Amino acid sequence: MLSIKNLEAKVEDKTILKGLSLEIKPGEIHAIMGPNGSGKSTLGYVLSGRDGYEVTGGSATLNGEDILSLDADERAKKGLFLAFQYPVEIPGVSNMEFLKASVDTVRDYQGKEPLDTITFMKQAREKCSEVNLDPNFLKRGVNEGFSGGEKKRNEIMQMMMLEPSLCILDETDSGLDIDALQVVANGVNACRDEKRSFIIVTHYQRLLDYIVPDKVHVLSDGQIIKSGGRELALELEEKGYSWIEKA
Amino acid sequence: MSDVIDDYVNTEYEAGFVTQVDSNTIAPGISEDVVRFISAKKNEPEWLLEWRLKAFNHWKTMQEPDWAHLNYPKIDLDEVSFYSAPKSMENAPKSLDEVDPELIATYNKLGIPLHEQEVLAGVAVDIVFDSVSIATTFKAKLAEAGVIFCPISEAVHTHPELIKKYLGSVVPQKDNYFAALNCAVFSDGSFVYIPKGVRCPMELSTYFRINEAKTGQFERTLIIAEESSYVSYLEGCTAPMRDENQLHAAVVELVCMDNAEIKYSTVQNWYPGDENGLGGIYNFVTKRGVCHKSAKISWTQVETGSAITWKYPSVILRGDHSIGEFYSVALTRNYQQADTGTKMIHLGKDTKSTIISKGISTGKSSNAYRGLVRMSPRADGARNFTQCDSLLIGDQCAAHTFPYIESKHPNAIIEHEATTSKVSEDQLFLCMQRGIDAEKSVSMIVNGFCKEVFKELPMEFAVEAGKLLEVSLEGSVG
Repeated sequence: MLSIKNLEAKVEDKTILKGLSLEIKPGEIHAIMGPNGSGKSTLGYVLSGRDGYEVTGGSATLNGEDILSLDADERAKKGLFLAFQYPVEIPGVSNMEFLKASVDTVRDYQGKEPLDTITFMKQAREKCSEVNLDPNFLKRGVNEGFSGGEKKRNEIMQMMMLEPSLCILDETDSGLDIDALQVVANGVNACRDEKRSFIIVTHYQRLLDYIVPDKVHVLSDGQIIKSGGRELALELEEKGYSWIEKA
Repeated sequence: MSDVIDDYVNTEYEAGFVTQVDSNTIAPGISEDVVRFISAKKNEPEWLLEWRLKAFNHWKTMQEPDWAHLNYPKIDLDEVSFYSAPKSMENAPKSLDEVDPELIATYNKLGIPLHEQEVLAGVAVDIVFDSVSIATTFKAKLAEAGVIFCPISEAVHTHPELIKKYLGSVVPQKDNYFAALNCAVFSDGSFVYIPKGVRCPMELSTYFRINEAKTGQFERTLIIAEESSYVSYLEGCTAPMRDENQLHAAVVELVCMDNAEIKYSTVQNWYPGDENGLGGIYNFVTKRGVCHKSAKISWTQVETGSAITWKYPSVILRGDHSIGEFYSVALTRNYQQADTGTKMIHLGKDTKSTIISKGISTGKSSNAYRGLVRMSPRADGARNFTQCDSLLIGDQCAAHTFPYIESKHPNAIIEHEATTSKVSEDQLFLCMQRGIDAEKSVSMIVNGFCKEVFKELPMEFAVEAGKLLEVSLEGSVG
């Protein structure tokens, strides 16, 4: 599904990723943990094609296809989804209008007919209720005046609507209270199936109590320095990162 | 994503074609003879010629204003022809069937079919081509309701008493340099009269087109809404692409009697010049309305064209409890310059005004909001709310805000909010990460920014305005 080999990338002349390799199979959930500044968010941006993140070496393929040469919107159409750590506001553009444009574009790429408005609205309302978001949010501007938790739930709602094949969650748990965390985790778990894969970027293992990963990786200074199972996260929680970095 | 935004290329101006018609165009330059010529062309009565000459004599003593935040070489009026009309209009055609098919084809091409059965349902259109009005649709239907909608040159003959009474009553002849010039040489424009208690049964609109080279357009519009009447009026403007600058100096006067309401919308898409700033229309326009007791005037403008826009649609809130509104979207690209805004003059008690201005600057353009809110000593309980938002796309454009506030009444309330933002990389990336391409993303963000203004446009045109912004932004990213 996702194959990253020796990926190197820089931002404004500063090299952040220094030969990162990662293999994710269909249906797997991989957690990426690591201290601040280790390159966790950069990985998400590089994979999703954000401007200003320059790939200087290595490769990344999604379902066998190179994605690094594609524009961000092309990657999204191929099924890559990034749930933002800090979703921005787009005043005056309603959530509904935004989501419809997004869903229509992705469906069009997949050769499917656009959803008619009634079906679309029905689905959107259902997904809203799955993440405990009042359907009235659909009428409001994208993230406009949303609380931190509402923004994150809105991201998960969009993910559910778009049905991507690879979901990258960039510190989706940051700033969430335990109830909101659970809602987000439930949303992710509901999306789990044997074809869809996840990269969960997080600082804390507590999210992983709710979303149980298949693998846990520790990222430090732009490289994966240790990989393991669920238990690695617990060990990190207990001992911090320093014991691995020193080792 | 800044590379994406910065990479600005020119879009094709869709209305930029020239219509091949034989026109009678007078030699460039202005003189008393020109004023007399225009008046004679229109068979005007003596009093109107006198009125023009008075304006002309005063204009000669005036200087072109230079206070606006605009930078352009002085306009050489010796290069401008002040009158041009298609030869086929020489003997005024009595019906559309007699109008030159070339002219009708022009408007079809612009998406404005002139035959009534094809026209947008419920919209009557007056068509002004260079210096003459070509056709006015639905005249008969409007007449049933007592509404007069005709070229102003015709109203001079059919309703001289109204013209005499109101022409120059809102914008005095000596108001400013361009208004005085217009008084002297105005050619055509629309006249609207809504009788007492009548709600105009359809939207009225005028479509202005400059076709002939080196020709100025000096149109004049007068709208009178009698007591407790209502009218919604829309004007649209386009011109061919030409290398030289062309002058457009219009005057619009609105008279809104007690309890009446006038909704005046403009979609201005004059040729803006090319990507190097060559050519384009110089748009110097004076628009003003006067509100009597409990009357309401609402100006909505979407300004995407012109090399230079100098325009301040204003409301004089003379009557108590009257309301003035100004909703504006001004988009500038390439080397376009806009200095636009409004004046709200509160004279009566409990008068209210709202100003919502959205400026969008791209390329190397400059976009200024200039607005005056004046509370007179009599304006007890008057209120104003102003919101000016500027959106910058790219890093070579400029946005300015010049608000003037004069309050001579202690309990008048004036609120002013202003923001400047950029289409952020974050916003663009969010859209693109959801599969939406760069161009559509920018257009979506910009349309969202303008939403408050678009919702004020008549429904038939709100969609058009949105599309116009899309066309203007097309190729803006890539």
